[in-house]
Amino acid sequence: MSSYEAVIGLEIHAELKTASKMFCSCDASFGGEPNAKTCPVCLGHPGVLPVLNHKAVELAARLALALNCSIAPYSIYHRKNYFYPDMPKNYQISQYDLPLGVGGYLDQEMDEGPIHIGITRVHLEEDTGKSIHISESGRIHGAEYSLEDFNRAGVPLVEIVSEPDLRTPEQARTFVQELKSIMEHLEVSDCKMEEGSLRCDANISLREAGSTDLGVKTEVKNMNSFRALFRALEYEIERQEELLTSGGEVVQETRHWDADANATMPLRTKEYAYDYRYFPEPDLVPLELDQGFIEEIEAGLPELPADRRKRFIEDLDLPAHDAGLLISSKAMGDFFEAAVAEGADPKAVSNWMMGELSAYLNAQNIEIGEVSITPVQMAAMIALVDEGVISGKIAKSVFEEMLASGEDPARIVERKGITQISDEEEISQVIEEVIGENPKSVEDYKGGKQKAIGFLVGQVMRKTKGRANPQLVNEMLRKSLDEPG
Amino acid sequence: MDSLYNLKAWELREMLLGGEVSAEEVLGSVRERVSRVEDRVNAYITLTEEEATGAVKRADAQLKKGETLGAAAGLPMAVKDVLCTRGIRTTCGSHILEDFIPVYDATVIEALRREGLTMVGKANMDEFAMGSSNENSYYGPTHNPWDLERVPGGSSGGPAAAVAAGEAVWALGSDTGGSIRQPASLCGLVGMKPTYGLVSRYGLVAFASSLDQVGPITRDVRDCAVLLSLIAGHDPFDSTSLTVEIPDYLAALQGDIKGLRVGVPRELMQEGLTPGVKKAVTDSLRLCEELGAQVTEATLPHVDYALSAYYIIAPAEASSNLARYDGVRYGFRAEGGEDMLEMYSRTRAQGFGDEVKRRIMLGTYALSAGYYEAYYGQAQKVRTLILNDFRAAFEDFDVLVSPTSPTPAFKLGEKLDDPLTMYMSDVCTIPVNLAGIPAISIPCGLEGGLPVGLQIMGKVLDETTLLRVARAVEEALDFKEKPQPERGVEP
Repeated sequence: MSSYEAVIGLEIHAELKTASKMFCSCDASFGGEPNAKTCPVCLGHPGVLPVLNHKAVELAARLALALNCSIAPYSIYHRKNYFYPDMPKNYQISQYDLPLGVGGYLDQEMDEGPIHIGITRVHLEEDTGKSIHISESGRIHGAEYSLEDFNRAGVPLVEIVSEPDLRTPEQARTFVQELKSIMEHLEVSDCKMEEGSLRCDANISLREAGSTDLGVKTEVKNMNSFRALFRALEYEIERQEELLTSGGEVVQETRHWDADANATMPLRTKEYAYDYRYFPEPDLVPLELDQGFIEEIEAGLPELPADRRKRFIEDLDLPAHDAGLLISSKAMGDFFEAAVAEGADPKAVSNWMMGELSAYLNAQNIEIGEVSITPVQMAAMIALVDEGVISGKIAKSVFEEMLASGEDPARIVERKGITQISDEEEISQVIEEVIGENPKSVEDYKGGKQKAIGFLVGQVMRKTKGRANPQLVNEMLRKSLDEPG
Repeated sequence: MDSLYNLKAWELREMLLGGEVSAEEVLGSVRERVSRVEDRVNAYITLTEEEATGAVKRADAQLKKGETLGAAAGLPMAVKDVLCTRGIRTTCGSHILEDFIPVYDATVIEALRREGLTMVGKANMDEFAMGSSNENSYYGPTHNPWDLERVPGGSSGGPAAAVAAGEAVWALGSDTGGSIRQPASLCGLVGMKPTYGLVSRYGLVAFASSLDQVGPITRDVRDCAVLLSLIAGHDPFDSTSLTVEIPDYLAALQGDIKGLRVGVPRELMQEGLTPGVKKAVTDSLRLCEELGAQVTEATLPHVDYALSAYYIIAPAEASSNLARYDGVRYGFRAEGGEDMLEMYSRTRAQGFGDEVKRRIMLGTYALSAGYYEAYYGQAQKVRTLILNDFRAAFEDFDVLVSPTSPTPAFKLGEKLDDPLTMYMSDVCTIPVNLAGIPAISIPCGLEGGLPVGLQIMGKVLDETTLLRVARAVEEALDFKEKPQPERGVEP
């Protein structure tokens, strides 16, 4: 057992879901022809000035309040100065010593019990453009030339900084998942890691277990998925631990997660040793939010994942594990609730979603919003099972067809003639055949081997191509075998 | 009668409306003047002939049809090359923007276009508005029409020289530390820096964002009022633009100054003033008393620190504002760099002049980690103290009066190698920008044949009082001298 404890703090950036950019009226949506969504303002032309998008402020305030932050009645913007070709002005408008939200927290349910994670600050800033470096490594160093796409430049970003309250990669991953779910529930961000609308950096250090001192930390960047976050932290803990146990020292530096190498690599410090020369942005006036506005936002906050989880457990009798998975994304939770609203049994819906549906999503690498079946269809399928029209086993193949085609379950069942056989006469004919063909098993059963019944049921199911009602088959088999004769 | 190019804009407008003259004739007169003296004055970086021709044709057509004539129509204007003009190159006096053609009009240009803007050209200036002599222009220095061996002041030296030489009848400049008032003073013109936020900065290429304002350079106070009323007003594209009702500035010209409380900050009347400047200002103050004003000494205790604070704040903001000129997206890009950093440094080393580099270095240093509090933080505190000084003074006074520049126009090259002496040219004008208040400079006399300017400073948004006082003093002074840059040109 290791004598070291990891201390992890996270910085999360999420693009806010506004129609227009933070300081101009350009379209803020993802993608598009390179540089099609630009104007003199977001291209940093001479003479332009920023005008604050108040929707971005509202969304960031909503998030800050949901994370239990206090909202600053007076906050200002700063310029963060550094040269990089994807930054049109060569400074980023951000917040510095007077951020929008401070001093929040999140109580996170973990398997080992709840943990309390402090939220240092929530602030607003603008995103940069995207550079494509034409070189073997894709990095700027050694690139022959670079291309710039400024469609993303000026898209509003919210930055969430946590206290170093996380202790394991699993806690970090769960925390980011929870934040993602919170932002989805608040409808402040799409949180698509693969599109870069949710990004995460980690500060990590080790210390002797039980100590309250902080060790030397490294900052790890470029973790583009939950999996990457988890693996990068695991790697970094191991790396630092090896250094410390072998008498070495951790160097304070920024490291880059290289997913292909499965390792964190130091960034060239010369290239990234910036003095940002923060100073108050003179082109914007201080942001003053009146109490009424803040109260209005607070009153309008929707149900958050934590409350939803609690409701699923308490009102719908779901196990905590199920509830936790179902609220991990807003879309999952919404799908679940819509199916339950159709009258389906919550646990049955949960089983289908966490089993077949999740397996399908993983296999196809898609989001729940992209599947072809609706919650109504899922409820209808569960109803067919409940009513005994199809067996659970048949339901699985029906479900597969539904996923593939989006067809209603009743239609699939009808079209393929795969309704369950509950007709006793039909089943008893098959049972007679099976008994006749398997004297050994019949002998065994009569001789006291209860297990033999399973084989015989299986034979009946095989002959009926799985359509016989298995419960009924079992009952009828026993009855005919137990009959003296 | 004076030639057309020598008339005031309001006089020409009356003649246009009265059918005495056509817009084409007015422009023709100014153009002829340009062809005669521009070689010597170098007031323009770019002449916009097509643009002006189109404007006067439209103006004459309107007049012919009896349509309402736009307030700026047919009145040839010089526009400082710091204001973005769609489709017309905007250089800011810099090599780095030599071929830069904006895709949009500055808000003030747009407003003037709606009123029939007749733009003669984009006027010369100190590079990125940094300078007090117009010698920092990549496009060569501008010469003062009163004495071609002398500077016109800066950074709006081109616009001022153009108006003084008859190469335009009025002009738009920008003022960060005196860049409208000082050249107006050195060229015998009226120049106003409005209250910070009264005129939109959108499309004004930024030097120091918290200090920059656009304003008029004209031949008299009436033209100043006319032009101010055309450019003042809220702009949703400028977050620092004020949302206020714009008063009738022309109506404000009426009225006397009986009982007006005039304060003379003693700190701005101290050493460094030439005898002629001191005399012209003192004479003007006596005149104010004769007109019924109460003239007494005032004090701005912290104003001695204004220059120091300004040379921290303005370069700090400039170092950030000018970071965008990197050769990546537009403007000049130096050849031959091996990688991105080299491309940046070559572009900026070749693209910027010495004064701009000096201020970028100053500002970068002032904002650096470990120095920020001692420099930028301290300068901001001083700025607050100066603002409070003005607030206190305006409890007792309606206006404050000082020289605009401690000296009349100095010789070209005289202060070029001595930045600190050069910076002293703006010692009387800089406090006004730090406080965000309005001020106007009007000609108040001559020293050695060179004009001297009187600066009148007012309360925030009290341009109406400034205009009324300036008009009354102007009328009483009856300053009629005009430069003759053409002397020696003709055989």
